[in-house]
Formats: sequence, structure tokens, C-alpha cells
Amino acid sequence: MSEVLLRLEGVHTHIGRYHILHGVDLLVPRGELTMLLGRNGAGKSTTLRTIMGLWKASEGRISFGGQDITAAATPDIAQAGIAYVPENMGIFADLTVRENLILAARRGEIDPARLRWVFGLFPALETFWSLAAGVLSGGQKQMLAIARAIIEPRELLLVDEPTKGLAPAIIMNMISAFRELKAAGETILLVEQNFTAAKMLGDGVAIMDDGRIVHAGTMAELAEDAGLQQRLLGPSMDTHQ
Amino acid sequence: MNSLLSGDFPRSRLLAAILLAILFGLAFAPFLFPGAQPLNVAAKICVFVVLVASYDLLLGYTGIVSFAHTMFYGIGGYGVSIALYSFGPEWGPMALGIIAALAVSVVLALMIGLLSLRVRAIFFAMITLAVASAFAVLASQLSWLTGGEDGRSYRVPEVLRPGFRLLEEPLFGVAITGKILSYYLVFSVALVLFLLALRIVNSPFGRVLQAIRENDFRAEALGYRVVVYRSIATCLSAGMATLAGVLMALWLRYTGPDTTLSFAIMIDILLMVVIGGMGTLYGAVIGAALFTLAQNYLQVLMAQVSEATAGIPLLPQLFHPDRWLLWLGVLFVLSVYFFPTGIVGRLRR
Repeated sequence: MSEVLLRLEGVHTHIGRYHILHGVDLLVPRGELTMLLGRNGAGKSTTLRTIMGLWKASEGRISFGGQDITAAATPDIAQAGIAYVPENMGIFADLTVRENLILAARRGEIDPARLRWVFGLFPALETFWSLAAGVLSGGQKQMLAIARAIIEPRELLLVDEPTKGLAPAIIMNMISAFRELKAAGETILLVEQNFTAAKMLGDGVAIMDDGRIVHAGTMAELAEDAGLQQRLLGPSMDTHQ
Repeated sequence: MNSLLSGDFPRSRLLAAILLAILFGLAFAPFLFPGAQPLNVAAKICVFVVLVASYDLLLGYTGIVSFAHTMFYGIGGYGVSIALYSFGPEWGPMALGIIAALAVSVVLALMIGLLSLRVRAIFFAMITLAVASAFAVLASQLSWLTGGEDGRSYRVPEVLRPGFRLLEEPLFGVAITGKILSYYLVFSVALVLFLLALRIVNSPFGRVLQAIRENDFRAEALGYRVVVYRSIATCLSAGMATLAGVLMALWLRYTGPDTTLSFAIMIDILLMVVIGGMGTLYGAVIGAALFTLAQNYLQVLMAQVSEATAGIPLLPQLFHPDRWLLWLGVLFVLSVYFFPTGIVGRLRR
């Protein structure tokens, strides 16, 4: 396994009086795409939000690049090099496509070469450059959300269900984009409900159930073992797309 | 022009025409509409454009609901009032009063911001309401300093007094007195402050504010410290409101609770923002102009309608000038119904 970039050890998270994560242990190796799978309500999105500091871990330790970020504030975690793409197309609808991307550029300007690369991944963004993001289609909004996360080089991308609610043709575009990101050496932790997409992209996989990691291994092993898939993921994972 | 408007054009021909008409009307008000009342209305529009724009910076651009805006407006008024009353009608004391008022406003805004912006919006609104009420009581109680409920009249520097004549001969039939100079001081400062506000909301800082308004968690996840940005926005907005209070104090040469700290002014500001359109500074211009004109001329218009319909049953009573507030309310309900995003929002669609 490559060097571990992100490590979660025994992480517990409470949201109000609800105990959501019950000791999550997770490793994300540098330069790999790790899939985080599980049934609805298993705690996948909460895990990503806890890593970002949007929910505070009540117990356990999160380290990123060797540094403890368990108690760090969200802006500090972002500044440390973690980009987060929330589920449901987390864009700023009133701002233009250009303004959405500039917001993510820490120096306030976008590197032209990087922008060309992003346009290569998501050509629609160049077409709608000056339009308010709110008028884009669902797929385009998702592309914008991912583009915003990669408009500057980051150490780690956390992406929450990027294919949710998208048409099959758009999902294939999204898969191609993630393949390019993998080829560019990005480290990605991807939450996904679409098992077909997960199989095509994942290097490693971690499966969650009831706020815990119940399986960790390689994606190739899981893809070949239908019994393991059925036992760990049940019928809730979408395998038909 | 692009640089002057910070790239934020009206984006509608009709809106551009209305804005130009308002600008033209205000720029030449002393010559186009001679007389004390029209000039007073024009000055009030200028001051309220700044006040409403500063409130829109909070509500429309940052999503912060505050009821303490009249407090900052009042601090500006009282700063000038106390300085001119205590140290005499000179430019030096006036500058001192303005600087002191700005300092007090920014410190108070920062304190309110840091203490309250971490809590949920409704609690923040309640805290600002409580602080504003406490300040109004304080201003009323400290009568040795503020003049209490009666407020205080004072003299302004000589060139701004009505008795001062800049030119011996009238210009286009209008005597260029200190009152006219005072008006142009109010107009030019209001114009500069408005263009400055446009610059702020169209800057990278303004973009972050808009992002925070839409979703503060997402803005934090991009690396922006929401509390810091909100606090800076609160301070900027408070500073602008303070300067609006200064302008009103210089224009009226009187500062009292009714002209600065009254909750009725806060309601007027809210109505102007909603009528003009939240999140568009041009909405402040349209809202302030329309609302101030309605406040001042609706009664006159209704008196004429009432006279004209004297022979028809019910109508003269319906349009009696005493019922102007009822009709102002009806106009507000209609404008919200037909223009839910405000007049500017509707015209820009």
C-alpha cells in the first residue's frame, strides 16, 4: 500500500443526541481512489463531514499527512489541502460559474493552464462561464462542484455521491472525469451509491454499516465476490446503471 | 463607466432609465424643484440611499437580519450633534465627531458581531433588537449630553448655513446659499458612498459574502472563516449607516431620537430594501426614492383625488389624506405580490 494520507482511528460523532459514528477506522492511501460504500444512513456522509470538521468528532483521532486535524476548524482543514464536494450539487446558485470557481482559488485568481485542464474535463463549464450557476442542469451543477474542488491542486478530494440523481450519459462523463483525475495522481475519497461506477473507479474500498467500517480491502476483490457484495451491501446499492 | 460601477451594470434598459432619471433628478434637484420641501425630500432620498444600501450589504448580500441599524445611524447623528454643540460650528469639531462616531459604531458592531454571529439568525436578530433598544433608552436618559427626548439643535460650519451666499447673483434663478451647498455635500457624499458599496459587493470580498449568504457551511469548507467575514460586513455596514446619520444631522441641523433612533425608521429601511429588491444595491436607490416620495407626496395626491371625486359616494372618504398610511400599506402589499424579488429583481429578469 502507498503512504497513508488520511487516517481515521476510532472516530465517534454525535449529532445532537444522536450517536452516528461508532468508532470509524479508515485509511486513505496517497494517489489512490478509495470508495466509501454502504447502505443509506450508514454514516458515509457524516464521515466526510467529520473529516472536514463540519461535525466535530467526539472521540477518536483524524490525521492528515501526519498532522492531527481532529479538533481543527473547517477553514483550517480546507487550507491544509482537503477539498470537499458535498452531496446535492453543493454550488452557489446566485454566483456565476466563473465566480464559483474563483471562490475556490485561494489567491483569488485561477491558473489559466489549470482552467484549460478543467475545461477539458467538463467542457460545459466553458460554455456557461458567465451564467448564474443556478440555471445549470443537475449534471452541470455537479461538474461545477467537482471543478471547484480541483481548480487548484489539493492533497485530497472528498466527494459525496457525485452521480446521485444524474442521467446515465452524464454518469459516464463523470466516471471519465474521475479516471482522468486518478491518472493525474489525485488522492480521492469517494462516497458512492452506484456500484457500477464504484467498480469502475475504486482502487480500495471501505464499507460502512451502522456507523462503523465493516469491510476494507481492494475494489477488485469486492467486485469479484458477489456473495460478499450481497452480504455487505444488500440490495440497496444500485447495480443496474 | 465599467470601473465606476465596478462592472455591475443595471442589466435592464428600463432599470437603467429609471436610475438615470433618479440620478438626474437628485443632481439638479435645487434647480428642477425649487423650494424647501422638494429639496428636503431630495436630501432625505440621498441619505436613505446610503442607509438602505448599507442595510442591504447586511441583509441582501450577507443574509444577516439586524435591527440595530438605526442605532449606528443614530451614533452618526449624535456624534456630529455632540461635537458641534459642545465645541462650536467648525470643521475640526465636526471631523472629530465623525471619527468618534465611526469608532464607536465599528467597536459596537464588532462586539455585536463577535458575540452574536455564532448564534442562529433569529437569536442574532433578537440581540440586535435588544442592543438597539438599550441604546435608544441610553440616548434618552443621557439628556445632559444628547438633549434627551427633545434632541438638540446646533449650528453647522458657516458655509453650510442657509444665511451664507456663495454667489451674489442667483444661478438659473436659484440663490446659491449654504443650504444648496449643504445639499450638494449630502448628494456627493451619498454618491461616493454608494459607488464604494458597489465596489465592495463586486469585489472578491463581496463574492465571499454572497457565498456565505447562500450556504455558510460550504463557504467554510472552501476555507473562508465565516465569523470573520460576517464581522467585517457588519462593521462596514455600521460604518456606512453612521455616515448616513452624519449626513442627516448636517442636513437637519438637529438630532433627536425621533429622527435617528426610532424603530419606525428601521421599519422604513426594511420596506425600502424589500420594495427595491434585496441583494441588489440599485434596489436601495429605487426603494429609497419611491418610498420617500410616497411618504411625502401620497397625502397631497390623495387630497387631490379626494377633491376630484367629491360628488361620488364613498370615494372622497376612501381617498381622504388621513388614510395615506392605509394606501401606503396597500401599495407595499401590491409591490411585494407583483415584485416578490423587488422592483430591481423583476426588471432584471
